[in-house]
Amino acid sequence: MAEQLYQRDVYGQTLLELGKQDKNIVVLDADLSCSTKTCFFAKEFPGRFFNFGVAEQNMMAAAAGLASCGKTVFVSTFAVFASGRAWDQVRNSISYNNFNVKIVATHAGITVGPDGASHQALEDIALMRVLPNMNVIVPCDGPQTADSVNAALKTPGPFYIRLGRPKITTIENKGEFKLGKAQTITEGSDVAIIACGVMVSEALLAVKNLAQKGIKARLINMHTIRPLDNEVILKAAKETKLIVVCEEHNVIGGLASAVQEVVAENFPKKVICLGIRNRFGQSGEPADLLKEYNLTGLDIEKAVLSGLS
Amino acid sequence: MANKQLTLAELENKAKEIRRLIIEMLARAGSGHPGGSLSATDLVTALYFNVLRFNPKDPQWPDRDRFHMSKGHCCPLWYAILAETGYFPKKELLTLRQLGSILQGHPDRGTPGIESASGSLGQGLSVALGMSLAAKVDKKDYRVYVLLGDGESQEGNIWEAAMAAAHFSVDNLCAILDYNGFQIDGKVKDVMNLEPLSAKWQAFGWNTIEIDGHNMGEILSAYEKAKTVKSKPTIIIAHTVKGKGVSFMENVAGFHGRAPTKEEAAKALEELK
Repeated sequence: MAEQLYQRDVYGQTLLELGKQDKNIVVLDADLSCSTKTCFFAKEFPGRFFNFGVAEQNMMAAAAGLASCGKTVFVSTFAVFASGRAWDQVRNSISYNNFNVKIVATHAGITVGPDGASHQALEDIALMRVLPNMNVIVPCDGPQTADSVNAALKTPGPFYIRLGRPKITTIENKGEFKLGKAQTITEGSDVAIIACGVMVSEALLAVKNLAQKGIKARLINMHTIRPLDNEVILKAAKETKLIVVCEEHNVIGGLASAVQEVVAENFPKKVICLGIRNRFGQSGEPADLLKEYNLTGLDIEKAVLSGLS
Repeated sequence: MANKQLTLAELENKAKEIRRLIIEMLARAGSGHPGGSLSATDLVTALYFNVLRFNPKDPQWPDRDRFHMSKGHCCPLWYAILAETGYFPKKELLTLRQLGSILQGHPDRGTPGIESASGSLGQGLSVALGMSLAAKVDKKDYRVYVLLGDGESQEGNIWEAAMAAAHFSVDNLCAILDYNGFQIDGKVKDVMNLEPLSAKWQAFGWNTIEIDGHNMGEILSAYEKAKTVKSKPTIIIAHTVKGKGVSFMENVAGFHGRAPTKEEAAKALEELK
């Protein structure tokens, strides 16, 4: 059985370690520190942690003020609030100012599970990638969460890092993490599957099944949505027969749209998008929800087979 | 550092000069917000010339006091003062709102002396709170001042920030409310009443000082009093006149967001001699 980790546990631990090395880091949360795991940092460094209560707009604009004075600010809450509730503050006070604010949002996508639609961010990638200056990362597993947080710390400017709620399977042998450079997990020239976040492990299941049917799939982990790795997308468009994009997000505005924008402008090619279409989420267990919204490995396999036939 | 201390009479003259610059730049730009720029002129002039610790030759000096203008549409006032204090040449004022200008229609970090963008109302008190917290974390003694509008105080974000500033006991934070009583659609009390305003801020845990926002003596003494208050933030509720200093602009909601014509500007400048 492959390793399974909570991305937010890895985030909390990474932040704690970074906090020991870098005294310039301050951390903000909005009454969710036990869920986002900023509580580890809070316990160790109470003087550099501020709980803003249930007031995300104030938290985001205050993060901008702290950053204007040279602090590196990590801000956490659930993805639906970070991207939606406080979007104007993120736009005007963080992104427009190009401040060093790292938004690490947890509980993204339908795999939030039983909390249901109000808490399942399906629009956050779209809302964040449209902002100038903003870097957007959707790490595919626990270890990549640590890589993403480290990259955000080292790279000046605003970041949005999207994490999930449940445990997530660690993807082996994906190579070094470089901001803005996608990772090709498997090679193949029949189809290119481009995925992010939890969908990478689902796509990997599809790749294995497809291989048994003689179909060679190239699996691309598009962990950075902005800046996007246009090169790897164009290479896939040129070298494979079909592109399938998988994301736990609305098909409008997220990774699927980002890939289609590059393909349509440079090398038109059929792109199948697996994501959420014109629906909100709902309550349920994460695995059941992935089935309900046609986002399992089997769904990906089916989409590839129909696309190639 | 702040310039040499000006006398009350000198401050009053300085404010008149700033008002002239505001009229000139708005008339040249052909759009912008004179009403609120003129109502807050005395407050911000007194702050920059007699209170604030800064160095225009080193805008990023880490120990500088911070000023932020949350009601960003009144940036002509800010620009006039930044030019007057030497952050950039005065001739730049005539480029206000033009393509490629360092003086954007609302505050932008591309202007020397500006700490943070503003314009989307209600966020500036939070930004200032963040600056106050940074001073506490870094154990620095700089103070943070933020200018708020009365119409702006209808934003929920303001009250989130008010609650948090008292909770975090940031006594290095001083908000200044330019209470001119007007917003775009009319009188504040008719559009969305704020009263009882002082009681609201006190209930949120703030020290409040109410003054006549055009009396230099009262303004300076409020800034001094605010410095002495420990463990809570202070708001100076300054009663002002929208369009102050230009008779035909005073208390006229229409001049919230309309620049004077060439003829109106000439008349205004005549009054401000």
